[in-house]
Amino acid sequence: MLLRHTPAEVAERKALTINPAKTCQPIGAMYASFGIHGCLPHSHGSQGCCAYHRSTLTRHYKEPVMASTSSFTEGASVFGGQSNLIAALNTIFTVYNPDVVAVHTTCLSETIGDDVTQIKKKAFDDGKIPEGKRIVNVSTPSYVGSHVTGFAGMCAAIAKEFCVPTEEKTDQINLIPGWVEPADMRELKRLMKEMNVPMVMYPDTSGVLDTPMTGEHDMFPKGGTTIEQLETTGSSFHTFALGKFGSEDAAREIQRIAKTPFDVMDLPIGIRATDRFLMKVSEITGMPVPDSITDERGRAVDLIADMQQYFSGKKVALFGDPDQLFALTEFLLDIDMKPVHIVSGTPGKYFSQKMSEIIDDEVPTANYRNGSRADTFLLHQWIKNEPVDLLIGNSYGKYIARDEDIPFVRMGFPIVDRIGHQYFPTVGYSGAIRIAENILNALMDRQDRDAPEERFELVM
Amino acid sequence: MADIDIKKSENLKEQVMDKYPSKVLKKRSKQVVVKNTDPEQRIQANVRTVPGIITQRGCCYAGCKGVVLGPTRDIINITHGPIGCGFYSWLTRRNQTKPETPDGANYMQYCFSTDMQDQNIVFGGEKLLREAIQEAYDIFHPSAIAIFSTCPVGLIGDDIHAIAKEMKEKFGDCNVFGFSCEGYKGVSQSAGHHIANNQIFKHVVGTSENGRKGKFKINLLGEYNIGGDAFVIENLLERCGITLVSTFSGNSSIEHFAACHTADLNCIMCHRSINYVAEMLDTKYGIPWIKINFIGAKASAKSLRKIAAYFEDEELTKRVEEVIAEEMVGVDSVLEEIRPKTEGKSAMLFVGGSRAHHYQELFKELGMKILAAGYEFGHRDDYEGRRALSTIKLDADTRNIEELKVEPDPEQYNPRKTEEEKAALKEKGLEFSEYEGMWPDMPEGTFIIDDISQHETEKLIKELKPDLFCAGIKEKYAIQKMGVPMKQLHSYDYGGPFAGFAGAINWYREIDRTVNSKVWQLVGAPWEGTGKLHGSFIKKVLVEEEK
Ligand code: SF4
Ligand code: SF4
Repeated sequence: MLLRHTPAEVAERKALTINPAKTCQPIGAMYASFGIHGCLPHSHGSQGCCAYHRSTLTRHYKEPVMASTSSFTEGASVFGGQSNLIAALNTIFTVYNPDVVAVHTTCLSETIGDDVTQIKKKAFDDGKIPEGKRIVNVSTPSYVGSHVTGFAGMCAAIAKEFCVPTEEKTDQINLIPGWVEPADMRELKRLMKEMNVPMVMYPDTSGVLDTPMTGEHDMFPKGGTTIEQLETTGSSFHTFALGKFGSEDAAREIQRIAKTPFDVMDLPIGIRATDRFLMKVSEITGMPVPDSITDERGRAVDLIADMQQYFSGKKVALFGDPDQLFALTEFLLDIDMKPVHIVSGTPGKYFSQKMSEIIDDEVPTANYRNGSRADTFLLHQWIKNEPVDLLIGNSYGKYIARDEDIPFVRMGFPIVDRIGHQYFPTVGYSGAIRIAENILNALMDRQDRDAPEERFELVM
Repeated sequence: MADIDIKKSENLKEQVMDKYPSKVLKKRSKQVVVKNTDPEQRIQANVRTVPGIITQRGCCYAGCKGVVLGPTRDIINITHGPIGCGFYSWLTRRNQTKPETPDGANYMQYCFSTDMQDQNIVFGGEKLLREAIQEAYDIFHPSAIAIFSTCPVGLIGDDIHAIAKEMKEKFGDCNVFGFSCEGYKGVSQSAGHHIANNQIFKHVVGTSENGRKGKFKINLLGEYNIGGDAFVIENLLERCGITLVSTFSGNSSIEHFAACHTADLNCIMCHRSINYVAEMLDTKYGIPWIKINFIGAKASAKSLRKIAAYFEDEELTKRVEEVIAEEMVGVDSVLEEIRPKTEGKSAMLFVGGSRAHHYQELFKELGMKILAAGYEFGHRDDYEGRRALSTIKLDADTRNIEELKVEPDPEQYNPRKTEEEKAALKEKGLEFSEYEGMWPDMPEGTFIIDDISQHETEKLIKELKPDLFCAGIKEKYAIQKMGVPMKQLHSYDYGGPFAGFAGAINWYREIDRTVNSKVWQLVGAPWEGTGKLHGSFIKKVLVEEEK
């Protein structure tokens, strides 16, 4: 047993987190930065954080993840990091020449109290930044929030830097996709195109973290939302923020700057969340949902109906990020599964409020918790007390899955031991098909493995 | 692959440096060296990375918690800090471990953190830490708990050592000790290795006499069991009749560290991360050290022979020769098959603090040429050899890393060899306390580069077109996008083991697979660059587009 020391008996912990279901803010900020075209993320702190964030993103995407650091040493930690940041910006623009540098802070620079906004101003005032170059900055101490809030913070900071308000609004919507994969962003763009809805979506990591093999390494690949596109967010007539935790801050920021109204929607994962999103877009823009999408939906529902017997009543434990968990829990309930244990390390009171609305009536005994010490150690203990048929979560879940012999579907961040998440969306109806397929594969492979010889089925 | 000579390489160096702002250029020029004929040639190493440079390096915490203490299975390692540092160092280094019994203590799959929140940063995190240690003790009853400070902890001034001491006394049956390994200390992971080893030396070494018994007892220092390397070495030693008392720290248990002073010889694999421990063990307990290297079949044979030579025992020497002979049969036959496919190919290695040197052995066996090499966190002595030690000046970043003052232990000091015996062995070719670094192995005109940057990496690849590049995960995919196969030398790309003879065989096959994969021929679509289209549809399409 790999997690052989985990006891079934749950003792309340007040201080010790074991096997966390979250990580720190800067990595989210770094991920969001990759959604701007020509942008180099910069970590203002000691170089270890940057190395860790790059490594984790690299393992998840199997793609180049280039970012720079202020490389604090002990001196900078005592005297502040201003000169490190200014030197870094000089090096960056001379050597790598990005259009945008997106600076996030770390626990170290935050604890020291570096004021990046002020340092940035000084760098511009002193003529240290080449003409036309832009710097976005966000404060991301990790003793607050989680990787998800870091992502949300950077999205808001991007709005703050680029959004240009106009009185006249144009027939364009803003779409903040939330922390989803490049494939999901591609899929969202496709759906809007099918609906003929002009839009600007940011961040957009498609074409940045799923680049083709060409024989060249381009530090700033084709993808990402361009500065010109970002500037038009202030003339769009409406903003859709997908996922309250990941995207609401950015929508509010755009509203503050450009008075653009917004709707916060659930991530369009599963049938009903996608329905709501598309209907809302249709309602606001007046563009109908085309037959092609209606057919897609029909195919997804058809598949679920065909295979309903395999989903029905199966107990599921899941962990990950709030926005994903809300939509996924709803979807699991819709396909007659029974989520019983749910954990997210990301703090925020809204989590239990919303989760309670989704699940309490259908599964009154479900355990769900988020924030400090809502970790996968606790999830594992819950599973020991009430076993499940399926586990859904990031790669770390495989240790629990193996010990408890539970079918396991990888969803979330990071996934460092399989591929697929980079290439196949989980949003929209095609995403629902993929999730359903993954769940079925896991459950049916298990049935095949465990069936007594006389009950081994050819047709399922 | 391009031919290289000193002049061409100097030219290329100039081109690479050209891009840097003047201050950066000045610094990098001393860290990017073209090997020439000057016996006094030097490199600058173990200095700060220039801010803004995309570097391979990580931090002190990573070196301490991740590298050195990571592979020890029965210590509960609590990261005191916000959640990230602990999260990223959770299971990502691939240290393998095998407890002696199926239910033996093994916490390597676990990540423990105090997950500090803003109120802890404002009011201090000592209470939180104390409670966390208590909870770890109550749930798991481990024999040891270690605490690792991350950056903010150093700044807010939590006294982790006082808390450790207090909790250790309170428990009575659990050793508790702390590591002040805040990420901003030093200039790389290397500072963390030092802090880790010092604390283990202070708090653990010499506390148990229950070491493994045997006639020829050694410790293996600086072997971290990535991909199962230590398992291969353990097996080899056992077959030779050599008793491994402890490994620092691959497949290790705290018990092994505690009894390591009962061994009679220290064998150093990774000089960078641990040479000072060998020195301290020599001074305090009288255990001499030699440099060995189990990467490469020839190097492994040589290392076993060195150990046999040290013990001056006929039976052992005979056994060692038998094992080498047995192993070389397999090695030779695989080499015969593979070498024609790798002969003449070229490689670059930029990694860690010793592997960029050790792995050259394996490339030599495959008939491959090294064009460039360097360490991520090496010091000058790892490049130039220990002769450099006398001329290394401590700068502000290194001075704050504690150097332990060690003296011969009044009771336990027992010189295993007299000075005369050592001198006699030296006569016969066994060097004590010596490492020559990578310098002598690097041909003239090759590049030796410390803390290589992304920019330098890409430029070298473009100009010298190596057949293989070795580095870490952060470099991997950018290099492969350039159409050059890349082998990770930290994590081995989830393969291995590569140590010893069995490992060498794995390596030969792995490199053949990597450099000769057909996928590289698929890079670039066949229609790219074919120019004008002539098909019959083309006119229609063009007309459509006009509209
Ligand atoms: S110090 Fe903070 S920002 Fe850096 S890795 Fe740790 S938690 Fe993340
Ligand atoms: S540099 Fe500091 S904060 Fe960052 S990972 Fe290392 S210890 Fe943690």
